[in-house]
Order: sequence, then structure tokens, then C-alpha cells
Amino acid sequence: MRPPQPDTAPKLLDVANLRINFGTMSVVDGVSLSLSAGEVLGLVGESGSGKSMTALALMRLLPPGGTLAADRLTLLGEDLLAAPARRLEALRGHQIGMIFQEPMTALNPVLSIGSQIGETARRHLKINRQEARDRGIEALKRVGIPAPESRIDDFPHQLSGGMRQRVMIAMALVCEPRLLIADEPTTALDVTIQAQILELLQDLQAEYHMGIILISHDLGVISSFADRVAIMYCGQVVEEALADRIFHQPMHPYTEGLLASIPATDHDVERLTAIEGTVPPPWALPPGCRFAPRCGYAREICTTAQPPMTQLRPGSRAACWRNTGYAPPGYAPP
Amino acid sequence: MTPPLLRVRDLHREFATARRAFRARRSAVRAVDGVSFDIQPGETLGLVGESGCGKSTTGRLVLRILEPTSGSVEFGGQDLLALTPRALRAIRRDMQIVFQDPQSALNPRMTVGEQIVEPLLIHGIGDAISREQRLRDLLALVGLAEHHASRFPHEFSGGQKQRVCIARALALNPRFIVCDEAASALDVSIQAQILNLLQDLKRQLGLTYLFISHDLGVIRHISDRVAVMYLGQIVEIGPKAAIFDAPLHPYTMALLASVPSSRTGKQHFATIRGDVPNPADPPPGCRFHTRCPHAQAICRTTQPPLRRLGPAHDAACHFAEAIRAHIPTEHPRNAQ
Repeated sequence: MRPPQPDTAPKLLDVANLRINFGTMSVVDGVSLSLSAGEVLGLVGESGSGKSMTALALMRLLPPGGTLAADRLTLLGEDLLAAPARRLEALRGHQIGMIFQEPMTALNPVLSIGSQIGETARRHLKINRQEARDRGIEALKRVGIPAPESRIDDFPHQLSGGMRQRVMIAMALVCEPRLLIADEPTTALDVTIQAQILELLQDLQAEYHMGIILISHDLGVISSFADRVAIMYCGQVVEEALADRIFHQPMHPYTEGLLASIPATDHDVERLTAIEGTVPPPWALPPGCRFAPRCGYAREICTTAQPPMTQLRPGSRAACWRNTGYAPPGYAPP
Repeated sequence: MTPPLLRVRDLHREFATARRAFRARRSAVRAVDGVSFDIQPGETLGLVGESGCGKSTTGRLVLRILEPTSGSVEFGGQDLLALTPRALRAIRRDMQIVFQDPQSALNPRMTVGEQIVEPLLIHGIGDAISREQRLRDLLALVGLAEHHASRFPHEFSGGQKQRVCIARALALNPRFIVCDEAASALDVSIQAQILNLLQDLKRQLGLTYLFISHDLGVIRHISDRVAVMYLGQIVEIGPKAAIFDAPLHPYTMALLASVPSSRTGKQHFATIRGDVPNPADPPPGCRFHTRCPHAQAICRTTQPPLRRLGPAHDAACHFAEAIRAHIPTEHPRNAQ
């Protein structure tokens, strides 16, 4: 576990009250996150929770129609909200690397992998073709691709799924970014290949001391990799805590429900504790706590007022009325 | 001992690969290559493996949705492969399948009610009134409301669509259901609902499942016995507790070691190297030898047979006893 960083140095990434709308529909509502250099933040949520939208917003890459607002969005102290398009282009791929779930759609099928890695390197590092090729070979070697000198001229279809994901990682890391955003990097892979890729990412993270935002629906993947975890539900972070703590002492009923839903490989349970009901769509969000209609602990206040994010212990916060004794808003204990 | 409900022996299925320019011979992918197992009435056999191992093909072969190249499948004592088309259709009432993606398994232009009773129409069972009653019963059985019957699939969430598919599979009162990654496309909270439903139905209706999944946690939760497949073959089969707590095949061990758990915290992965070989050109000898940390000379030349190594517990590994006894075998690949 990493000790808390002193507040003097600017955070690697600092996001406050991030909001994303499509028209009048709110898909991300009031997300605040921060990340220090060398730290791994796991972002967990089911489909539609807004975790991938949050990641795209961090790079100012929302799909058309999406509008973004935030009280603060900074990378190493630099304001990304005010940054002009040219500056953002310079940052993406250089200071911020990204890996996606499906490497086949993220790679260009008609260009060799060498030219795709080289393109990133030449653009950001202002180096020539030969230097870019050398860097590409170096990067392929680092991500564990055998015979990189000949593999660099391969096309994506000549590689297996695991090898393609290694190429994606080589591309993301060729400029040694300070921040890596990995969006479901192993979801499309078989479990033995997933283990290889996670091991590689762990090694590279230690070597380059990157900050990583790891997005996944798989709590096992998150637990084995992240220092800190944020759980998202319906566009909001409902709980954030150190990884050890969140998996052993969840403070939000949704986190508790998620953990109880997963069938384990190391022990038997008679019956899984499923979360009843379904995730509400973003156009029909309930008033009050968004999880209240599915929550076994819900009381009247949960259906009328949104619970505030409350600090419960150092480095652990959750948004649930239960943690504050269902006290009404504004109530101060005597 | 009661006779098995399903008895599969030496099942094979080959797929011809596409003819390619400049390639003289057409080769065949042996997707399923000598698979044998029994399923007892009321039992759930979990079939687990990585993509391309042949587990879904096996599920289709035992229902004769796909024709086996060779081998035998007996269901309730009847040889499925010898049946006439008419007899096969009759026996299909007893065996159904639930697929991974309910979106593509449902017809978007038919109401959910029409789709659930369609099997009854096809088999000419009952009249309009009794079918109406059966529809109400089926909806209640899978946890849907009566008013859902007149709606279309797009009005349902993923979990509800899968409930519709399960209701349709149950319409003819089958004895045996193949669940092919039936909960894999769903979010974990919904997946748990569907797994609970399948377990409840099994108990209520006395069903028998062949449950196919790549997810080891799901397999452990739902199965009584487990078969592990690799490149078209079963490498280990046995009672659930034996497979998960005392595995005998190095591939099973590698699979279990690869699953990240939310209970262990930060961990370093004990991984096996390399990719799954191309199934069109599987390695000689033991098919796992290219990735196996225990592989020795014999593994590269001689295919190990599935052997009985514990109570109802079989594995196909030359060195299963030595590995179990923690006797270190030579590691020629690691010694380089």
C-alpha cells in the first residue's frame, strides 16, 4: 500500500464534480476522482454506469452530442477544460495513453503494427523513421512479443488476441505516458491470457511509475491490481476506498450486493445473493438515492433525498444514508 | 446405479477449413475430438474451457443441432444418431437449449407470449385455452408478470429477455437443458438472478443440465460435476469439489491460478506462457505440452489417455500422480 502523498505536489489527475450530458439526459453526474503518480485507481461499474464515458471525458474525447462540465479537470496541474484542441492532441498519446477492450477494432487493419506504433512515436517525440522503428521494436520487446524485429512488420490479423492486446499496450506506452487509462483491457481475452496481460501491466506500471485508471466490470481483476477503487452506479461514484477495505468492508449496499453476486472459485455458497431489479435507464432515474429501488436497507429518506458523499474513515467515502443513521439532510447531531 | 440420462461416447466433429489460394490441401479442424461423458438424471455437468476448446460444439452435438462426424449419443437409452427425423423431432421435446445472447435468440417482431408458446404450436400440443394457461404458468415460473406476454423483446432488459428464453425452453416440459453461456452476457447482479432461477427450476422441475461456461466461478457454483476441455478434448472430469480443490491436470491448475479473486487483494499472477495452439494444427502428443510447466519428452510424442485417478475423477496427464505428490519433475523448458 502506498502512503498518502503530500498535498504540495500537484496531483497527476484531479477531477471535481464531472458532469456529462447528452441533450437533457445526464449520464455522469458529479464524479470526483483524483490520482497520484504511480497509483492504480480501479473504476468499477456495470454496463451503463458511466465508467467508460468518464474515461473518455478525462481525455476530452466525448462522442458527438455529449457535453462536459466540471468544477476542475487537471492533469499535473494543467487545466484540461481550458486547453485548446492542439494542446489536447499533444497530450493524448504522449502524457495520456489509452488501451481499449477490443484490440482488433482499435488497430488499423491495413497498416503494419510497426507503422502504427511508429506513428505515435514520430508525432509526439519528433524523431525520424528509423528511430521510430527502433523504439517500436524496443516497445514490442518490452511487452513480451517474441522476435520483435520481424513481428514489427506484421499486420494485426496475423496476431492472436493476446498478442494484439500486447501491441496495443506497446502503442500506449511508446511515449512513456504519465497516465494510462485502461478500459476493460482484458475483458475480451481468455482467462489464461488475461492473467498474462495483467502480469505485464503490473510489471510495466512498476517500471514506469505510471498512474493507471483501470476500468472493469470484473471485481477480481480490479482487486488484484488496484490500490484504490471507485464504484460507479447510474453515473455517480457511490463508494471510494482503498482496495483492501472495499472488498472486505463495503460501506455502500450496492458494493455489498455486487460482491455477494459473484460466484467464487475458491468456496461454495448455497445460493447467490442477487441484487433484485434492474439498473434504471438514464432517462428514468429515481429521485433520491439512485440505488434505493433495489436496496434492502432503503428507508423513506432514501426515496426522497440524494445521500451526500460522506467521509467515513481516512481514504474511505460512501454515499449512503445508512452510514449517517438515516439522519435527514442538515441534521446535526447534538 | 441408475442409467445415465445422457451417454456420450467418443464424439468427434470435424469442420473443413475454407479452401485457400496457394494451399494444396484442405485441412480439417477437429473441434471435438473424442469426447465421452455421462450425465445422470437430475445432475448438472459443467463444461468449462477457453474459447475455441469445443465446449459449445459439444453442446450442439449432443442435441444433434450439429451432426457428429462419429461417435454415439444416447439420451434416455435411445441412440440419437440412429433416429429417423420424425423420431428425433419427438425426442427433442425432452431436450432444449438456452443460448448466451437472448437478444439474437428472440424474434424482434413477435410478442414474448407468442414466442413462449410457439414450441407448443409446433408440436401440436393443447388448444388455445390450455396454451393460454400454460403461458401464464411459464411466465410465473421464470419470474415475469402476465402483462409481459403482449410486449416485444425490445421492451425488456437483458436479464428479462433471458427469462423469456428460459420460459420458451421450458414450454415443452423438457427433462434436459443445455445452457450455453446462459448467464455470460449479463451484468454480475443480473447474472446472479439468472443463476438462482436456473437452480430453482432444476429443483422444482427435476431438470438435468449440461452447463457450458468459460467462467470458473459460475461453473463451481452451478455444477455437480465438472469437465475441463482443451483443444477439443476433455482433459479432466470429476466431482466439483475434486476439480476445484484437488485438480489433477496441469491445465486445470493453470486455469484456476489465472482467475483473479476479489478476496485475495493485490496479487502476482502465476501464469502459463504462450497462446492456445491453432486447433487446425494441434501439437502432437499431449495437446497441452506446449504450455505445460511439467512437460517432458513423452508428452511431446504420446497422447495421455483419460485415466481414473480418484473417486469418479479422471484426468489425462502422464505425470498426474507425480504432480499430485508434489514430486518435482524435470523442467527441461525452464532449465534452458
